[in-house]
Amino acid sequence: MSRSSLGDNIQGGEILLPVRTGYILLTILAAVLLDLVPLPKWISWVRPDFIALTLLYWGIFQPRRLGLLPAWLLGLLMDVADATLFGQHALAYSALMFAAIFLHRRIQMFPLPYQMAHVGALLLAQQAIQLLVRIADDSEFPGLTYFVSSLTATVLWPAVMAAFNAPLRRRSGPDDV
Amino acid sequence: MQASGQPIFKRGPSLLVRLAFFTLLSLVLMVSDSRFRYLEGIRSVVSVVLYPLQQAAAMPGIVLARTGEFFVTQAALYRENEQLHRESLLNAPKLQRLQVLEAENAQLLRLIDAKPAPERTTIIAEILYESRDAFTRRVVIDHGSNDGLHEGQAVIDHVGVIGQITRVFPFVSEVTLITDKTQSVPVQNARSGLRSVTFGTGHDGALELRFIPVNADMQIGDVLVTSGIDGTYPAGLPVATVANIERNAAFAFARITCTPSAGVSSFNRVVVLSDAPARPPNPLKDPVQDKLKKAPAKP
Repeated sequence: MSRSSLGDNIQGGEILLPVRTGYILLTILAAVLLDLVPLPKWISWVRPDFIALTLLYWGIFQPRRLGLLPAWLLGLLMDVADATLFGQHALAYSALMFAAIFLHRRIQMFPLPYQMAHVGALLLAQQAIQLLVRIADDSEFPGLTYFVSSLTATVLWPAVMAAFNAPLRRRSGPDDV
Repeated sequence: MQASGQPIFKRGPSLLVRLAFFTLLSLVLMVSDSRFRYLEGIRSVVSVVLYPLQQAAAMPGIVLARTGEFFVTQAALYRENEQLHRESLLNAPKLQRLQVLEAENAQLLRLIDAKPAPERTTIIAEILYESRDAFTRRVVIDHGSNDGLHEGQAVIDHVGVIGQITRVFPFVSEVTLITDKTQSVPVQNARSGLRSVTFGTGHDGALELRFIPVNADMQIGDVLVTSGIDGTYPAGLPVATVANIERNAAFAFARITCTPSAGVSSFNRVVVLSDAPARPPNPLKDPVQDKLKKAPAKP
């Protein structure tokens, strides 16, 4: 199973509909809402960072549509929502977006398990950046549970891809008139 | 090497340059936020943008809770009503005595010419959510500077102290809990009167007392209440219960851990207390004292 990028929206040999800007904005809005849903602290450890997942998806499959600026701005939004250091998420998200765009050709080529490994590594790196920033700002390492959310996000990656692709599937087969 | 994701004809700066730009910008923001707190204005603007999104995100939970409330059985309501009645009966004698005691206290204070402490006004707020930041213990409540809140106000629930407001936005504010690593509360042992300070450990449900001598009068189960000497928390509010004492003769101090009385995880309504009344001037700032300090020490 190989994935190619010829400028059009082709994934795993399947030709998807071209992506409209409105759809990208909608997915970002949904991700922000999912990240903001109030949950008890122990569940929010497990909760994947949906904004990071959304940025990864668009960075990998539509690298020309979203640049670093939207990632950075979304990061500032999450900094205020989470009451973290102003710029912490912004830095991590723009680095994540950079890596996604930089590696998009390679990641697209891989079959799903390898793709998940890449996604997991990028998400862990994103969290590691935040961890380093906080440790530089005199916080203490909160324990390995801190990284659990990246693992759940990695496990969720196939589902995320399916959800993102579902509205982009062609209703009729390619051979229909 | 040309960065991936670029069309054949280059538009704008390369990906790496953009990353460097945003990294630098983020670092500048973080340093000025952490060291100088210059950015509260921008934070406020972002928080106003965020507010409708937060409300929308909280909607499903509220709807679920309302639906749940609608289907509450009559038996459950009856039981709760019964329990509240019992509690109010149990509290009634205490309340009646409180009125007498307050009057008596006011009279005694008049006798010694001391001013009675003015009552603090209260605002009831609801916890919107717990911050997902793994490094701090904070909650966000649904009142902000528009409701007259400001930094430093004490926040309690019906059991005891929760924390204090550390940042206000127009519609919401952040409350740092007493279990946060940066928070310390001056307390007094309700049984022995011993004064001390609790320090947050950064973990839920744990506070510690430092620098208590091994032979100090502290027992497991002692209730610690605010001593009121910090001017933030009024005196007499329950803070924690002593849970464990390790007395090791090899160390000068005992290791004492306490369990906070109030829990933000169980209840979502809190009370924000208004500021403490103006305190008398610091005696160390007294001009006479200054002169004494400046005077050269006698040999």
